[in-house]
Amino acid sequence: MNTFAKLLTGAALGLAVSVTSFAAVAETPANMLVIAHRIDDVTTIDPAESFEFAGSDISRNVYNRLVSLDPNDLAVGYKPDLAESWDVSEDGKTITFTMREGVTFHSGNPVTAEDAAFSLQRAVILNKTPAFILTQFGFTPENATETIRADGNTLVITTDKRYATSFVLNCLTATIGAVVDKATVMANEVDGDMGNEWLKTNSAGSGPYKLDSWKPNESVTLSSNPDYYGGAPAMERVIVRHVIESASQRLLLERGDIDVARNLNPEDIAGASQVDGVKIEDELKGRLMYVALNQKHPELSKPEVRQAFKYLIDYEGMRDSFLKGQYTIHQNFLPATYLGASEENPFSYNIEKAKELLAAAGVENLEVEIGVREAQERIEIGQSFQNAAAQAGIKVNITVGTAKQILARYRARELDVYLGAWGPDYPDPQTNAGTFAYNPDNSDAAQATGLLAWRNSWDTGGLTEKVEAAVIENDRDTRVQMYQDIQAEFRETSPFVIMFQQIEQSALRDNVTDWSTGQAVTSAAYWQVTK
Amino acid sequence: MAEQTLRAWLLTDTPTSRRHAKLSALYQGWLSFRSNTMAMIGLGILLALVLVAAAAPILSPHDPFAQDLGNRLAPLGTDGHVLGTDSLGRDILSRLIYGARITLYIVALVALIAPVVGLLVGTVSGYLGGWIDIVLMRITDIFLAFPRLVLALAFVAALGAGIENAVIAISLTAWPPYARIARAETLTIRSSDYISAIKLQGAGGLRIITKHIWPLCVSSLIVRVTLDMAGIILAAAGLGFLGLGAQPPSPEWGAMISEGRRFILDHWWVATMPGLAIFTVSLAFNLLGDGLRDVLDPKAGE
Amino acid sequence: MALSKDSGKGRARASLPPWFKTTVLTLGSIAVTMLGLLFVTFIIGRVMPIDPVLAIVGERASQSTYDAVFLELGLDKPLVVQFAYYIWDVLQLDFGTSLLNARPVSEDIARVFPATLELATLGIFIGIVIGVPLGVVAAARKGSWIDQLARVLALVGYSMPIFWLGLMGLLIFYGILGWVGGPGRVGIFYVDVVPSVTGLILVDAAIDGNWDVFRDAFSHIILPASLLGYFSLAYISRMTRSFMLEQLSAEYITTARVKGMSEWDVIWKHAFKNIRVQLITVIALSYANLLEGSVLTEIIFSWPGIGSYITTALLSADMNAVLGGTVVVGLIFILLNIFSDLLYKVFDPRAK
Repeated sequence: MNTFAKLLTGAALGLAVSVTSFAAVAETPANMLVIAHRIDDVTTIDPAESFEFAGSDISRNVYNRLVSLDPNDLAVGYKPDLAESWDVSEDGKTITFTMREGVTFHSGNPVTAEDAAFSLQRAVILNKTPAFILTQFGFTPENATETIRADGNTLVITTDKRYATSFVLNCLTATIGAVVDKATVMANEVDGDMGNEWLKTNSAGSGPYKLDSWKPNESVTLSSNPDYYGGAPAMERVIVRHVIESASQRLLLERGDIDVARNLNPEDIAGASQVDGVKIEDELKGRLMYVALNQKHPELSKPEVRQAFKYLIDYEGMRDSFLKGQYTIHQNFLPATYLGASEENPFSYNIEKAKELLAAAGVENLEVEIGVREAQERIEIGQSFQNAAAQAGIKVNITVGTAKQILARYRARELDVYLGAWGPDYPDPQTNAGTFAYNPDNSDAAQATGLLAWRNSWDTGGLTEKVEAAVIENDRDTRVQMYQDIQAEFRETSPFVIMFQQIEQSALRDNVTDWSTGQAVTSAAYWQVTK
Repeated sequence: MAEQTLRAWLLTDTPTSRRHAKLSALYQGWLSFRSNTMAMIGLGILLALVLVAAAAPILSPHDPFAQDLGNRLAPLGTDGHVLGTDSLGRDILSRLIYGARITLYIVALVALIAPVVGLLVGTVSGYLGGWIDIVLMRITDIFLAFPRLVLALAFVAALGAGIENAVIAISLTAWPPYARIARAETLTIRSSDYISAIKLQGAGGLRIITKHIWPLCVSSLIVRVTLDMAGIILAAAGLGFLGLGAQPPSPEWGAMISEGRRFILDHWWVATMPGLAIFTVSLAFNLLGDGLRDVLDPKAGE
Repeated sequence: MALSKDSGKGRARASLPPWFKTTVLTLGSIAVTMLGLLFVTFIIGRVMPIDPVLAIVGERASQSTYDAVFLELGLDKPLVVQFAYYIWDVLQLDFGTSLLNARPVSEDIARVFPATLELATLGIFIGIVIGVPLGVVAAARKGSWIDQLARVLALVGYSMPIFWLGLMGLLIFYGILGWVGGPGRVGIFYVDVVPSVTGLILVDAAIDGNWDVFRDAFSHIILPASLLGYFSLAYISRMTRSFMLEQLSAEYITTARVKGMSEWDVIWKHAFKNIRVQLITVIALSYANLLEGSVLTEIIFSWPGIGSYITTALLSADMNAVLGGTVVVGLIFILLNIFSDLLYKVFDPRAK
């Protein structure tokens, strides 16, 4: 009778009742951390190749780097990890790392300078997608063995130019800087692939966790490394389970079957926050949401039109409605918390202003296509933009496609307008400056498909040189000022309408402490988590 | 009085002409159909749907595309928004009304394409037999053996998302069963004395297929199509749900559910209203199909 | 009876045993259909505007990385050559490696197919156990309340968007009542607890004698299986009813009734016996449909089955995975079809 009455109540309320647990809440074991997350983007876990969010999460917990970021104190920047200390030569081109003694891989092999040198050389030689993070320092497959070499207990790297030391070290905190177990990897080499095929699905690290299994689109299981040099982690097992639907994640969390839900939408966050035993933690991430205008388009390349589009975004309306809590207004290419980031957000939603600018440019009856990836929040941003543009007399046609469909056309410079997101690759301002405001050769033949400025056929109007200058500036304050200047110019002249910066909202059981998804600079870490 | 005589004329046991006989048969079919309450309800719903679609601009209280971010996810019965508003503050009722047009469009197109292709392939295959039969039936088998959704998805992915392409994709997956039915019917008809008689009179293959076989296959196909309509609407909604149907901001019902499902726990009506609309129309087609089957193909039903 | 007559004729005509000829013909037609299936899938994969190279290398890749992968995949060769290579590999039972997760496709399928098999089998079981008796009773008591109920159940089943029902079911039975397990195949504690022998968790748990896992897995599967069961029930009960009605109006039934046979015997021993073959065909068809994997159900219940596997692969241009999945699903469909054809030939005296 009792349960039946409850069922009726539930049904009668149109099922609108929040899922306050009528039934007893289950609990996960005290030494186990269970996370619901979308992990369908994991395609490989070889750190020389892995470049997606969920894959980087695995890598961060399985591998150590020469220098890395402390999840409990991300603001301080890189700290010694496998490298105890480092020296920079007079000319600023050579960095010598002294390795930490007594650290072992999961296999039991000691971690040596030789392993570190091998790992970086391997990443350069394999030349997979993230290799540019290292090759931008002048390392090539041909010179890798000379520019990166082990010398006793030290690792010596030599760059082609003088770069800001912080820039080099920041890059080494990225996934590609992971140190792999040379002996284990080479034992699994096939056809000279440096163990790539094997490492795609296996791990050979020295980090706080080792990989038990990765079942694509299903789960990732990690178990703790009791011999971890930083101390054995409290959570002995970590399971990341692939759950697509926000509603399903929320039900699992509220029922106590998981500890962390990472992909709740604003409405489910609002709902879950009302539930006893659940808490919400916000972390500002590095991901930016932007609209880009292809400069090959005769109308979109007019300065007034570029400017007009910046007034056609209902920044506050969106932030306070369907993006609520998960995005903040941000109109600069460096994410907040990055060195040199700017807080200036001069543009607001102003149809009249946009109309004036369009009239000044002599634009009438403009019709453009916007490519949007199949993700609900982006489709909604696209529709809001479409609505605003219509009021200014611009007809916007939305084409929704899977990530790969839209992206291929974007990279081929075929889309009029692209609505996209961009996340930094390593915690240094160069990561975004080098793609938004850098384009040394704007010709079609250059095929610089990795550069956003190139994809939109924008020659950057002189910003390219300023970006090049900023990246080799070693004085921190001067460097900050340089980025401030670049961004001030970029805001006004660029064909990029940067709109929002992401806030990741994790919903946790309230006994979970020290949870970190890595903020704007890195990925999720599990070893510091306690329950 | 005139009505009375018309009725009598239609119900006569001794038709005076071939047309008279046909009309009479049709009328008697209608009478038996009319007595089936459920089928009439189905027909009523569908007629209402057509009316709603035709009069959408008059009936809908708001512009289906007008956004109001300040008034999003308004609950049922809100002033001015009887069925509430969606994630961008658009009036759900108005979107449902305009969405009826899209649904009808899909239904009409698929109903035109799939059975016609099936009929063509099936009758040709069944009538001509031999190698042509073998080849056509192999092709039919290939399409039948395909996972339906994969085929539809693949075609939409290949042609690009959009309502027309969704229709083509669904038609592509829907025709093989019709071809099978048409072939089976053709085989029985082909060997009948009646066709032999016509053949003796010197009628050619094309003439026999179009004039004598098609009309006989049509009734069973109509029944089958009507019963399949619900499946087609659901398939279109499924494609919309996966983002491969109508493109935003089009108020296609499946896409509306897809947009609304994110709020299912706290704002259940956003997904439920279009869900109910799809359910109602599917149900109407099923009821109508059941009724039609009783009239046109009594053997298969009751 | 029909069987012996048929084979007798065949023996007289051909020197080879008739079963041999039938087998060769059947295998030949399977081969042709499969080849066609592969060809169509292959073409789709190549004309799709999704770039498989981009799917692998991702958004940031430089042109040189892109070009290297392009060559590695053999995309520079003519289509015919690519297809020939593929067929050659398939003949050696090598479906290639998934472009996206670097594993052999056959390994992936061996992992996802049992999940679908388990779900579909329980689903069809529910559909048969409830659907067949419901259809028989509805036919026997035509017009009664139970007939109306069966009709309404079926119509609702035909007309309901499945994922809406799925989400609601999850909300009520898992979220509010806590009667069933949530999304996924087993609870987190039970992941990989029992050794995988068949890949069917219920069976594996039973083999292992681990009844905790069995209970947990059952609580997870019962909701999605009931949902699928409901949809096949709708179809099965309608078809059963219509087959039964046809039989019940036949002369031999009237004769049996006149002879004073009990209604129970008339229905089950005579009428039902005669619809078995038709019924099996219908069931085989619904089973085949369930085995294709219900993508939407799999998504909602985080069920790692073949439907969502093929869909994900398709949308990310992982053509090896799509082709592999399609072959498996297509083969099952064809085999089930042949199976029901055979049943017809063997048991139905009317079929030629």
